[in-house]
Amino acid sequence: MKEFRFAIKNTIPIFFTYLFIGIAFGILMSDAGYGVLLSTASAFFIFAGSMQLVMVPMMTSGASLFSLALMSFFINARHIFYGIGFIEKFRRMGWRYPYMVLTLTDETYSVLCSVRYDEGLDEDRAAFLIAITDHLYWVFGCFIGACAGRYLPFDMRGIEFSATAFFLVVVINQWRQYRSKLPFLTAAVCALGFYLLLGKDYFLIPTLVTCLVALVFLRKPIEQKEDHADE
Amino acid sequence: MNEALYPMAVIAVVAIVTWTLRAFPFMLFGNRPLPMAILYLGKVLPPAIMTVLVIYCLRDVSFSQLPYGVPEIVACAAVAALQIIRRNMYLSIIAGTICYMILIRIV
Repeated sequence: MKEFRFAIKNTIPIFFTYLFIGIAFGILMSDAGYGVLLSTASAFFIFAGSMQLVMVPMMTSGASLFSLALMSFFINARHIFYGIGFIEKFRRMGWRYPYMVLTLTDETYSVLCSVRYDEGLDEDRAAFLIAITDHLYWVFGCFIGACAGRYLPFDMRGIEFSATAFFLVVVINQWRQYRSKLPFLTAAVCALGFYLLLGKDYFLIPTLVTCLVALVFLRKPIEQKEDHADE
Repeated sequence: MNEALYPMAVIAVVAIVTWTLRAFPFMLFGNRPLPMAILYLGKVLPPAIMTVLVIYCLRDVSFSQLPYGVPEIVACAAVAALQIIRRNMYLSIIAGTICYMILIRIV
């Protein structure tokens, strides 16, 4: 069970984020008149925070299934990029493969990107347990929010910052790890450029596409630096 | 549509679209050996994506009106400084989040 302890240890920051956002979603759902079962089912099957939050007002206004599909596509299109780094690893995981693919959220992705497996650990098993614990936190948060969100005695506003803090920590660790800083700089320039150009609601996907293309063109200088790091 | 059926249909549609997006790169390459270009991208995309995600998380901050993004800037600086100096992920995240939670209440 050391893999399980390892998974818990590495997903604690996610626990707080998921609990808070999950509760927010559960409250939103119950205020809109949807029961605990629907909240929990959304958490279990969809497992995508921002889309679930957008889905609720769309449902109360009776939006068409087509517009919901379109909205899901635009909000979650970033996930297309996450799998690219994990194709080899997930393929090797046998029966766990489909589960790993379908539960690859922002948070699970960032844990799997940054985790350093301890010596003697079954890596595939640890990665699988990381995916499962994150999923359970989310289902738990949405469930609690739907049942009792209104009666929680404490004000947790702001705890969702733990996700931002976690992502920032991952970037700082990667900055140490990568010899070439071009991936970071390319991403920052693209993101800020498109943010100023297109505004906060539309900059994400153009940024990711441009990053991908730019990194393909920067392959030579990046690989030269990285290969030197291995020597 | 039937009132009880509609939310279930919505959940099914949103789930299927989300799953398809997550599975897309895996379906694209099936079981074939990966081209070198993809192996390379798999290595360099994570730092780029994480950098974009940090900026994405901060997209709602308004620098032109009160509180001018002060809670976010201070909390991020605290996280970065702690992580660079102490290299303890839990300390950085917990201290940064508490700092943020206090700041949004007083600034």
